[in-house]
Order: sequence, then C-alpha cells, then structure tokens
Amino acid sequence: MQRAKKLGRGVAMVGAGMSKFGAFPEKSMRDLFVDAFTEMVESVDKGIETNDIDALYLGDAATQVFEGQGHTAPIAADWIGLTPKPATRLEDACASSGVALREGIIAIASGIYDIVLVGGIEKMTTLPTERVTDTLAAFADMLYEFPAGFTFPGFYAAIATAHMAKYGTTVEDFMRVGIKNHNNGALNPKGQFNSSLRDIMNSKVAKAQQKGVAVPTWKDEMEFLHDPAANPVVAWPMRLFDCSPITDGATCVLLVAEDLAKSYTETPIYIAGTGQASVAGLHGWNELTSLSSAKAAAQEAYNMAGVKAGDIQIAEVHDCFTIAEIVATEDLGFFEPGKGPQAVKDGVTTRDGAKPINTSGGLKSKGHPVGASGVGQAIEMWHQMRGKAGPRQVPGKDIHLGLTHNVGAYGATCVVHIYERR
Amino acid sequence: MSQPEFTAASFNKFLGEKKLMGAKCTKCEAIYLPPRPMCTKCRVKEMEWVEVEGKGKLAAFTCIAVGSTMMVQEGYGRNNPYCSGVVELEGGQKVTAQIMGVDAQQPESIKIGTPLQLEFVERGEGENRNTYLGFKPA
Repeated sequence: MQRAKKLGRGVAMVGAGMSKFGAFPEKSMRDLFVDAFTEMVESVDKGIETNDIDALYLGDAATQVFEGQGHTAPIAADWIGLTPKPATRLEDACASSGVALREGIIAIASGIYDIVLVGGIEKMTTLPTERVTDTLAAFADMLYEFPAGFTFPGFYAAIATAHMAKYGTTVEDFMRVGIKNHNNGALNPKGQFNSSLRDIMNSKVAKAQQKGVAVPTWKDEMEFLHDPAANPVVAWPMRLFDCSPITDGATCVLLVAEDLAKSYTETPIYIAGTGQASVAGLHGWNELTSLSSAKAAAQEAYNMAGVKAGDIQIAEVHDCFTIAEIVATEDLGFFEPGKGPQAVKDGVTTRDGAKPINTSGGLKSKGHPVGASGVGQAIEMWHQMRGKAGPRQVPGKDIHLGLTHNVGAYGATCVVHIYERR
Repeated sequence: MSQPEFTAASFNKFLGEKKLMGAKCTKCEAIYLPPRPMCTKCRVKEMEWVEVEGKGKLAAFTCIAVGSTMMVQEGYGRNNPYCSGVVELEGGQKVTAQIMGVDAQQPESIKIGTPLQLEFVERGEGENRNTYLGFKPA
C-alpha cells in the first residue's frame, strides 16, 4: 500500500502573469520573462516586493537549441532583479514549467522557502520549422525512436490511429476539438491566434477576393478543415490545424505559504493536490490509446486533494495536438475510455458545457511555448477561479475546483495540479 | 565468452549485419528490445544477446508529410510521405520502425493489426549509409 502523499504545509497562488504569446523576433526569452513578471507583480492585490521572493524555479525545455543559451534561470532572475536569490532551471520537455510549479510547491511545503516565483520560458520562432521539428523530436528517444522517422506530431498521430482503431474515433472528432479551442482562444487577447477557425477561414476568403484569385467556397469550418490546401496533413491523421503552433512566450505565478496568503490577496487560489509520473518510450507502453503517466499523476493529485474526477469544474489539459485533448480527458477520468470524442461532439467541453476544457484556447490556439505552457495553464486557473477571465469567463458557475494537466513529450512526463478556492 | 556491450551501438552494428537482436536476462529470461545492460525486473546485469524473430503486427502508425531532417534527406516530404509505426512483436515487445510496402499517400488503406515482417531499411550516402529497422506487410 502506498501512503497517500500530502504537502508538509499548504501553498497558495497569489499572483500570475504572462507575456503575449506569438512570434516576437526582437525579443529574447529574458525580455518575455520580464513582461510576464511585471504583469504578475501588478496582479498581486496587496502588492509584492521583489526582495521578499525567496527563489525562482524556471521551466525551460530547449533554450540552448532555440537561442543557443544554456543556464537560463540565473539570467531570468537577473533581468527581474531577483539575484542573488537561488534560481533553478527545470527541463522535462513540454512539462518543464508544470514540473517547476510542482518543485516550487514542494519547496514551500518543505519549509525552506515562504515565497517562490515559478516561471516558464520558450522562444521558439528563432529556428526554421524543420529544426523546430528536430528539436521537439529529441524529447522522445533519440536512439531508438528517432531512427524510425518519428516526428513529434507523428507520435500523437500514432496514438490517434490506435484510438481510431479501438474506439471508432474519426478525423472529424479531432477537428471539433480544434474548432472549440479556437472559439475559446478568440476571447483570449494574450493568445497567439486570438481568432476562431471561422475567422481564419473568412480571412482567407477575403484575401482570395482581394487578390482576385479563385475564391474558396467552404460552407463551414468543417469543410475548411477538410480542404487539404487550407489544412494540409502534417502527420496523418494530424493536419496543420490539429497541431499547436510554434510560439514565443513566458509565464509566471507567485506561490506563498498558506498562512501568508491573505497578506497578498483576499482570494488566493490554494494548491489542493499535485501529482507527477513518468513512463519510458513506446516500448514500455501497455496500451497506445492512453498515457499511463497521466493516469498515475492524476491519481496522486486526486488522492492528495481528496476529490474525484467528477468534482473538477474546469480543466486546462495539454492539447499540443487535438488527439491529446481527447486522450487527456479520458486519462483524467472525466470521460470513460473512448468516450472523449462524444463528449466534445455533445458540447460537454465547451465554455458553457458541463466540463469546460481549455477555456484559455489551450495550447492549440493560445500557443505552445513549450517550457512556459505548464505555468500558462495555472494562469488560466488564476483568472477563471477568481471570476476574472473577462469575456471567456465560464458563465453561470462559481468555480472553486480546477485542474491542470501538463505533458512532457508524448507522455514520458505528466504533471497534474488541482486548485481550490475556499 | 565475452558479449558485445548491450548498447545502441551494438544494436545498430547487428542491424548492419541484418540481425534484429535483443538482450535476454539469463535469470528471468525476459527479452529486452531495445536492448539494455540491466534487467529492470531482476536488477542484475546478466544479459545475453539473442536474435529476435521479426514477426509482429501493426499497433499504431502515422503517415508523415513534414518529416525529420534525416527523412527529408532521403527524399521524403509533402509530396512523398512516409509511414512510421509501432510494431508489436510476437514476443510482446513493442518497437518503432519505418513501415515499408504500404501506400503512405492513402493512409486510410493502412490497417492496424496488419501482420508484418522484418524489412531492413538503408538510409544515408557513402560513409553515412546505415541500416535501420523497418517492417513490411507479411
């Protein structure tokens, strides 16, 4: 029997900020991190002095490759004026900042620090697409999987074919996830796309009209997404609009020991549970339609929080690809295995559905600066659970229990957090 | 008799000799593919190389149009996609490999569960020419 894990003392989130997500050729990761930090400082209702922060934990997946810069945490700390405080970088692929969040929580729970800044960075648009593809593929097994020709979208595409064969899932099921997340992202001014797929489709029609070339005649988003010219295959069955974009961005949240929380805000968001698990390359997988690490991480987090999947009111899940969101909602226990697609079809996961998923637009629409995305998910919890998400606020619900699910590679790492507003 | 190290370098050298080799734990007889130096069940380093029969079935696949640099150098791309897959061998091990002899332009024609057999793939030019693990429909 494994003992239920618990935090040595409670931890609360009392501030959150993010840079705009997108392509910023003039900025490096350190500049983006300053943008995230200044917004975080402004978000702390009763104020925070930088000198009071004890340490920085920074998620960063591959800045050595993207910017040729290693050892990024002290630089990020310097640029926000935090040195000589300890600054530690964590790398677990696309789960880097989710893991940084967990380490920040554990550091406070241990008693060593009272106030911790947790951040994430990634500046990906410096490289051409082929080199980004190679960089992301290196998050899998370079010795035994890369030689098979796999790319990062390819791994999730393979999971998709297994899901299709086992449950009858269709490419339209994947497309519906993209449509939903773009609808949410259209209401997120910080997001990379900030437009619905309908908007994107209409702007392509308008452009064709302007240029005087043949005007496409898509009747709706589905037709648009089925058009190989508008939505080419990347790794079948994943097409362009099934994939999260290449993004520059930075994120951060401020964590404090629970007994200090009310000194910073009257509405802190408490950490109710944290869970993390790992699994090796595909050779170690029993089934290919589920991420075993996600199930294990979720179980640990649920046990710690003393809640069940059905209690969770809102979640940000790791939708680096549309199939990934479907699998995530099944692994987290929101829906039975194989029932994820039907839930999307029935509108259960829309903003006004019973289980809103990825109200921020998700990685799909908001963008996916890989090392920053985990903390980005926590930021959406900060806004939604305090009722301050603006036009994309989940309607008609008092949200007191939320969850984030952040995956490294295609499941080698998964980290899950549960948040509570008391 | 001393055995080659249970490493990727040895595994790849065997591939060059057209052999799919796994590491077998001499204590519990588990066969590891990819090979590794220590049995994670017995936690001892008492391995021996065994040749694995290259028969299995397709467990998952994808037809990739935006390939890795290695595959682009082989002439694959948007107009010439390639199929990569997960193969479940008869011994239960899962390996990843390029899937040959299927129509990657028509992914709907490729079926999970298809019986497969070993088909070594050569990639690269001159000194960089190497043998890689591949499979094709049996």
